[in-house]
Amino acid sequence: MIKIDNVSKSFTLHNQGAAVIPVMDGATFEVGAGECVALTGNSGAGKSTLMRMIYGNYLSASGHIWTGDTDVANAEPREIIALRRATLGYVSQFLRVVPRVPTLEVVAEPLLSVGVAKDVAFARARDLLSRLNIPETLWGLSPTTFSGGEQQRVNIARGFAHDYPAMLLDEPTASLDATNRETVLSLIEEAKTRGAAIIGIFHDAPARDRVADREINVSAFTPAKVA
Amino acid sequence: MTPLLSVKDVRKTYGGRIGCTDVSFDLYPGEVMGIVGESGSGKSTLLNCMAGHLPPDGGQVLFDTRTRGMVDTLTMSEPERRMLSRTDWAFVHQHARDGLRMGVSAGGNVGERLMAVGARHYGQIREQAVDWLGRVEIDEDRMDDPPSAFSGGMQQRLQIARNLVTGPRLVFMDEPTGGLDVSVQARLLDLLRGLVREMGLSAIIVTHDLAVVRLLADRLMVMKSGHVVETGLTDQVLDDPQHAYTQLLVSSVLQV
Repeated sequence: MIKIDNVSKSFTLHNQGAAVIPVMDGATFEVGAGECVALTGNSGAGKSTLMRMIYGNYLSASGHIWTGDTDVANAEPREIIALRRATLGYVSQFLRVVPRVPTLEVVAEPLLSVGVAKDVAFARARDLLSRLNIPETLWGLSPTTFSGGEQQRVNIARGFAHDYPAMLLDEPTASLDATNRETVLSLIEEAKTRGAAIIGIFHDAPARDRVADREINVSAFTPAKVA
Repeated sequence: MTPLLSVKDVRKTYGGRIGCTDVSFDLYPGEVMGIVGESGSGKSTLLNCMAGHLPPDGGQVLFDTRTRGMVDTLTMSEPERRMLSRTDWAFVHQHARDGLRMGVSAGGNVGERLMAVGARHYGQIREQAVDWLGRVEIDEDRMDDPPSAFSGGMQQRLQIARNLVTGPRLVFMDEPTGGLDVSVQARLLDLLRGLVREMGLSAIIVTHDLAVVRLLADRLMVMKSGHVVETGLTDQVLDDPQHAYTQLLVSSVLQV
């Protein structure tokens, strides 16, 4: 489902004397349907960078990143938008929403944008929000004023609303209590069962051992230090 | 899929000075593109050239018309272009008073655009005006007040209603949230996003506010000194800027 082929990446800091920092070289691996792969490596090894490159958030310098039939590393913006809408989901660590939009709509939005009927989308959103223990009194409010943990759970509910065939999870269990952590892990297991290809970053080792089928150490893709 | 708008090598100079040059891009149906850059970078010049408010010195602005397919709007006859700007195109000005008729009632401002495309039934015009004022959250009992009696935020929402009532396919917006306070801005952004999704609009938004483009635009074009220096997916350009100027722009935003 996701196929990463010889991908490299460097950052050029024009405002610091055009310093070029190579951060990744020769990244190659595949993730099949129904499989969960955990990215590992020390902080700064490039786990999040790689994940953002797969999502098209960071530009790849060379190589191919296939998700289904789309090569994100060489695609037009509208192809990436279509891919993100229907195929590739991303649960980041931060919730970014339009102010004033009620939580229920924030969660239902990914479904509405793929053309799911309003009542079905809202039913699914309500189901996810109650599973993640967001009190019903908050559903009508914008999540911008919620606590960090609540925002994270709204973010997860939004990420799991649509059944994406491929998903990227950046620390989905961070800052969650035991009950909610359990819910998130079962959501991941359900997604695997329905055949989603998942790439995740989990600092929580027991969680990683439970849901991940394989681990890929990103340090293997770190370029040799020049200078 | 054919693009809705195809801009080719648009160039505008003011005497020896470059307004904008070498601008080419395709905009597809349902896409929202943001144009950012500092003051004087040529973004408003470009917008005005595309919308037919300024004659460019060179290039083509092709639009997928309903009847004739792709037509260069720069060489189109004046009546045809005027019809286009009343039906398929809309232009939201930064200052609402540039886009509204200040002496005509709010309902009249919305109705006028309908009458310009041939609506004549008073009851239906008024009904549609009420419907649109409701969508932009202006109370029905304010419909007979002139826009001069409205606050800045209300005037801006009225201008949007006036522009969208004829169901355009392409909307040009010049700093639509500029000069509004943040709570009104948030409301307007929410409104615009909803309308864009429900109506499947394509839009080109000129702004210097990066937070606005992040929320509204799918794609981004960065301009400096009349040139396009970087284009791409909005979050990619903002999170992984490639050009020196974009890096400076992104790192200059105040964090709240």
